[in-house]
Amino acid sequence: MTKKEKEVLVSVKNLKKYFSVGRKTWLKAVDDISFDIYKGETLGLVGESGCGKSTCGRTLLRVYNPTGGSIEYNGQNVHKIKGGDLKGYNKKAQMIFQDPYASLNPRMLVSNIVSEGIDIHGLYKGKERQERIYELLELVGLNKEHSNRFAHEFSGGQRQRIGIARALAVNPEFIVCDEPISALDVSVQAQVVNLLQDLQQQYGLTYLFIAHDLSMVRYISDRVAVMYLGAIAELTTSNELYNNPMHPYTQALLSSIPIPDPRIEQSRKRIVLEGEVPSPINPPAGCKFVARCSKAKDECRDIRPELKEVKPGHFVACHLVK
Amino acid sequence: MSRKLLEIKDLYVSFDTYAGEIQAVRGVSFDLYEGETLAIVGESGCGKSVTAKSIMRLNPEPPARFKGGEILFNGEDIIKKSNSEMRAVRGHKIGMIFQDPMTSLNPTMPVGKQIIEGLRKHKKLSYKDAKKIALDMLKLVQIPNAEQRFNEYPHQFSGGMRQRAMIAIALVCNPELLIADEPTTALDVTIQAQILELMKDLQNKINTSIIMITHDLGVVANISQRVIVMYGGVIVEQGVTDDIYYNSRHPYTWGLQNSVPRLDIVKEETRLTSIEGTPPDLFAPPPGCPFADRCEYTMKICRAKMPPFFDINEGHKAACWLNHPDSPKTENPSRLKKQSNTAENGGKE
Repeated sequence: MTKKEKEVLVSVKNLKKYFSVGRKTWLKAVDDISFDIYKGETLGLVGESGCGKSTCGRTLLRVYNPTGGSIEYNGQNVHKIKGGDLKGYNKKAQMIFQDPYASLNPRMLVSNIVSEGIDIHGLYKGKERQERIYELLELVGLNKEHSNRFAHEFSGGQRQRIGIARALAVNPEFIVCDEPISALDVSVQAQVVNLLQDLQQQYGLTYLFIAHDLSMVRYISDRVAVMYLGAIAELTTSNELYNNPMHPYTQALLSSIPIPDPRIEQSRKRIVLEGEVPSPINPPAGCKFVARCSKAKDECRDIRPELKEVKPGHFVACHLVK
Repeated sequence: MSRKLLEIKDLYVSFDTYAGEIQAVRGVSFDLYEGETLAIVGESGCGKSVTAKSIMRLNPEPPARFKGGEILFNGEDIIKKSNSEMRAVRGHKIGMIFQDPMTSLNPTMPVGKQIIEGLRKHKKLSYKDAKKIALDMLKLVQIPNAEQRFNEYPHQFSGGMRQRAMIAIALVCNPELLIADEPTTALDVTIQAQILELMKDLQNKINTSIIMITHDLGVVANISQRVIVMYGGVIVEQGVTDDIYYNSRHPYTWGLQNSVPRLDIVKEETRLTSIEGTPPDLFAPPPGCPFADRCEYTMKICRAKMPPFFDINEGHKAACWLNHPDSPKTENPSRLKKQSNTAENGGKE
């Protein structure tokens, strides 16, 4: 399957999102990024905290208005949709949140949490509506009896299932999963990931999977984008990224993840990055990674590298990769 | 083998709440030797933090209550100590690093002052001498501009820096034992790598024993010599790291290993092996094996009677009836076998 045959669902072009943090001072959370999401795929978005990955996901869903650039969904600029058409987009694109404790209203019954979208869009009424709620709960591995309870009666994994049911209630095409598993225990993470994959196959969903756990992202994603300080450092298929990382940041990131195998783990050489992620307020003018990069040259300090296709389907933003 | 520093014998800890008694730790026994790193692994609510905090008597009492057992630190029973005796132990003989560096430092006190607090109290040093040691400590944990950082407040530090400051506070009195309660969970992976390197480096320099509490099997593989796996308030398996990873004899350990995707292995299976269900309710823990409800090999006896420890290897014990000579032979799930095969080939793929 070549890339050209795939249909582009979401196209992000030169997206910028700056937050004002004082007079003439801007926090550049997302600084000029471009990528496509193909229909039916899972695009993983990874990076350390503060790299702008969540801001990017939220801007896609119109939670924020972009400072610059555009996001096209099926060829339509999502931030230019007005009036009644808005409901149409909101129905197609949904979100699953990170914290299952904070993202469910503690005063609402599970049935109301799940059906809120159904009611707003007027999809089902009366008995049909009730049946749809039961169907959704069963779909995510809960049962009918759970519909009349409150969120606090559930464990973390179950809450995340309720969040997934809520997202699925309006039959979306595209779901932004913003760290859906990072608040869960290891054994429960696997349950939720399996559920997400089953649903994807069943309904042909497209995911933007935001996470900081690279091993899980590798597992679930078809392609992975690595973000650093508001910019995309590398974007390619998940196997290519792990077998042949080209950007120095990706290399360091991969080598700093501990592998659960003592003999491999204790014998391998790792690149330990010096220092920490600099502040996205007044980021460096050139390459974003320049301050921590061991291979940085003068060119890296002055000119920002563009994300260019080095190999078919493998995009890297680094002056040193030719 | 080196000297036993810590001996925990049949420890029971309960919490009395309005809803009833939570039996958080139910009969935990293990030893810690001088200079070694021991990891305690398990899911949230398995009793790993309660066990570790009991060693420092940091669980608020009440609601926490020691129902039985002994914690022998250098031969003295910690449980029998009075509050003032405990104050001489905490931060002096035993240091602790907490999970969240943002909330466990005092925001109203300069970091330097928090570091010298222990030195002034326990070692009765003058401010000047204490400051000198504290500055050396800051340099040791690789905080640049130690002089200036000494007078700064925690909010002026980044997450990784705060965790370094925490380590400095914990180690400044040269404790014999360092308890690290999920020290890297709140940090990014590149910072996690830095902190783990630092901890290993410091252990070589000052030769403390470390108890590392974590749920990340990768971190365990990186740092520990021995591993304890806890579930539902009891130890289900313990042994040296290699035995636990390559020759585990408990289905819960298998489940833990199989439910995390491996970064270094190309995905073959389309699904992760998950452990269905949820951990047991510790208000009324089951009489048998706590894992019986989620285990795919459950037999009749598992629900009726708590399995004893079966010795597998020297120091390697597993509390599972499958290891009884009369029980059916069970195979390790496929992935583990592959894992042990690669290990025999010298860890090369």
